[in-house]
This record gives sequence, structure tokens and C-alpha cells, in this order.
Amino acid sequence: MSGPLSAPNPTTQPTASSEALSGGFADASIDSAYAFRTLLDVMARPGLIGRLAAAKAPAPASVSMATALLTLCDSTTPLFLAASHATPALKDWIAFHLGAPLTNNPAEAVFAAGSWDSLGEVGRFALGSDDYPDRSTTLLIETEHLMNEGLRLTGPGIATSTALSLPQHWLPALQANHRLYPQGVDFFFCFGEAIAALPRSTLVEAG
Amino acid sequence: MSTLVREHYNFAYLDEHTKRMIRRALLKGVAIPGYQVPFASREMPMPYGWGTGGVQVSAACMVPDDRVKVIDQGADDTTNAISIRKFFERTAGVALTERTAEATLIQTRHRIPEHPLSEGQILVYQVPIPEPLRFLEPRETETRKMHALSEYGLMHVKLYEDISQHGEIATSYAYPAEVNGRHVFDPSPIPKFDNPKLDNAPALQLFGAGREQRIYAVPPYTRVRSLDFEDYPFVAARAEHQCALCGALHTYLDEVIIDDEGGRMFVCSDTDYCNERQQANQETGNDAG
Repeated sequence: MSGPLSAPNPTTQPTASSEALSGGFADASIDSAYAFRTLLDVMARPGLIGRLAAAKAPAPASVSMATALLTLCDSTTPLFLAASHATPALKDWIAFHLGAPLTNNPAEAVFAAGSWDSLGEVGRFALGSDDYPDRSTTLLIETEHLMNEGLRLTGPGIATSTALSLPQHWLPALQANHRLYPQGVDFFFCFGEAIAALPRSTLVEAG
Repeated sequence: MSTLVREHYNFAYLDEHTKRMIRRALLKGVAIPGYQVPFASREMPMPYGWGTGGVQVSAACMVPDDRVKVIDQGADDTTNAISIRKFFERTAGVALTERTAEATLIQTRHRIPEHPLSEGQILVYQVPIPEPLRFLEPRETETRKMHALSEYGLMHVKLYEDISQHGEIATSYAYPAEVNGRHVFDPSPIPKFDNPKLDNAPALQLFGAGREQRIYAVPPYTRVRSLDFEDYPFVAARAEHQCALCGALHTYLDEVIIDDEGGRMFVCSDTDYCNERQQANQETGNDAG
């Protein structure tokens, strides 16, 4: 750039970097307040499907995953990005909007994001300790749909029972995680603008 | 929200970094009902003991269209309740109410409202000492181990000593309870009359201890069992009187000294519920007495 006041030419560089700079909250304190209330609601009522649409990140991150990350992550929360989501564009977006350090070690991740298959075994992540069961990873997982059918959920937050459309072959891992209670990881499932949660306290059974 | 609010404060007073930290603790608290999650409690513009923990929890989950109610020992019109309500009116621009049924977020010191709570509501408790075992074992390292191992024998010994000294479980407030079959917790100094309302409640219950830097939660529809013995079952005690204002026989009562000659009256501690009943009595022509 020639002078200190010259503006960047808008006709050049419509590249990945502009994608990285956009898609944040329009009004950080208000958008994050509503987003967190939804996250709190779905975590307190497993199976409840909420809607999050205040932020937009580069593909393959869904809108609800982007909003959840932007609401919860910052420079103090190491983030594990599974291979499915470790794209340069998404990494740039995370670096600009979240400032969260990316980690390759799942056991030190406070949050982890990606597809179920590429995140790998649940046991690789921080499960918390006897003394501090809260020091465990929260996993944000993209799903192919999200509806109240399929696997049967019971436990705290659920009046009688409810259902969530998670693949049948995830069941053994979800049950193993529940058996670790009060240790274990907690899940958010993201699909488009939809989000649902599955805390470790929920018993999951075949539907 | 008025521009005045936006110009002078970030929404709900706390900075975004602090809110994220509290929000992460809240989610873990909800995922492990009754477990006390440590959090980096901030200094608030009010002294410790005035509800700094509750205020931080409320601020972290508040949204602009919340309708906020604050009670202190059941009353909406006490100094602490009024100042916290005004705090959120000024810093978050939220609507205020004294009606339990209309509130979306209720911050409370030492009571659960008499009016049954519903699914959309959040009840935030101000907590002075979050650790139920603290007066039995002062070392945090030891109480943490006891929670890790589910070693709650000491608490049962305490309740047993109550029985051996007083003939009954004399613990009348901050009565310990077991959440989700795992963690014993302190429901804050609510009277044990309120303990049954903790169990299987439709509302989300959040607990904030500012000075002690702990957050914990009871999600909706969660089993909360007050500790007791088979031969000395838990009893939700209340004063055996009638409210002098509304005539209620089923509410928790405050004893009020009214002169210096031993005169006293019993009135509902929940002012909103009592007012509601007095109005209903007037409409139907029933006399309270």
C-alpha cells in the first residue's frame, strides 16, 4: 500500500480471507446471549432440538456449529478439529473469530468439532477425572439429520423419555460414555441450523 | 432495549470473555447434576454475600426479552431483591415482574416460590457455601475426594447425631440432598419445606456461589432425594400456623414480632403468592381470618 490512508481495492482479493473475516455475530453480546440460552436449553433437555443461526463459517461447518463455537470458544479453550473440518478456510475463520488455539491432541481439547467418523473414538478425548469430572471435552458433531425419532433417551432433563435420530452404530460408544458417569464427554449434534445435546447423564438405548 | 443501556454497559454488565467462561461452567454443571463446577468468579459491584454468584449466573444466561423476578427470602420488596432487579434493568434493559407465573428468569435468595414453576423458567439460586460437607470437613482437598468416591457417610453421621441429640433431624435449612443418584449437594439455605420442590421440577435450576467460586445445576425432571433414614424419614416442616394475611395453611410462614409484649404474627414468606391469594379472597368475599 502506498499511503497510510489508502483503502484496499475492493475489486481485488475476494478470496478465502474475506470469507474468514465475515460470518461473525452482528451484535456480539446479544447474539451470543440468545445462542447460549438455546445451548443451555438443549443441554438441560436432552433430545430437544434448538435453532442456532447467528453465525456462518466456511464449509463444512454447519450454521449451528459455527454459532455454538463462536458462543463458547475463545483463546482459553484448545479446540480439536477433526480431519473432516480441518480445512484452511475454516481454520482461518476460527483464528479470526475465536482465537482458539488448535490442538492435535484430543486429550487436551476443551472442544472438538467434526464428523463422527473423523473424530474417532470417544475415549481419546478428555473424560474428566474422579476429582474434576467437569474437565472433559465437549464434542460438536455434524449429523445428516436431526429429528425426534430413533434412539431412546432417558435421564435428567427428560420427563419420561424422548428420541433422537442418531445412527444405530453410535450406540455402543454413547452407552460406554454414559457408564463413565460422572466422568465422560458431552455432545452437541449439529445439522444446518438445528442443534441438540446429549450430556453424559443421558441413558441411550436402541429405539 | 434503550440506548442508555447499550451506551453505558455491555449487555448484562459482564464482558463477553467472562460470560463465555461462566457459560462453559454452566453447561458442565447441567451435564453433571449436583456437581460443583469451579469458575473464575468476578468482583461484582456489590459485596460478597449479596448474591454475586447468582448475579453472575443470571447475567450469563439472560436474554433481552427475559422477564426477571428477584426474591429475597420469598419477598420481592426487600433491599437486596430490589437492588438486584434494578441492576439488571439498568445493565440489560430487561422487563421486571413480581409475578412468579410471568417471570422467565427468577433469581432467589433462600426460597423456592410457592407458585409451581413451569418448563420455560429458570430459577437461579444465590449460594453462600456450596459445599454440603464444609462444616463437617473444612479441607477442600478432602471434600473433593469424598465427592469423587461418593463417600457421604459423614453426612449421615451428622443427621444421626441430630436424632440422638434432638430426637429428630433438626437440620431445618440447607438440607442436604442427593442429585441424580450420585452427588450430595447443598440446595442453598432454603428451608427444608422447599426441598420437595427441587425434585423432578419442570424448571431448570442453577446455583451460583460467588465468593466460593462454584456453579452447579439441577436440570428439569431430575431426581433430588433429601437424605434421611428409613425410621426417620424426611419431613418438610413448616410452622403450624395460618397466614394472618391470606389464611394459607400450606405455605412457608415467616414469624413477625409486632410489639414489645410478645405479640407475633405468621405471614407467608412468598409475598407474591400471598398477594395473589388476598386478591382472590377479596373477589370471592372470603375472610382470611
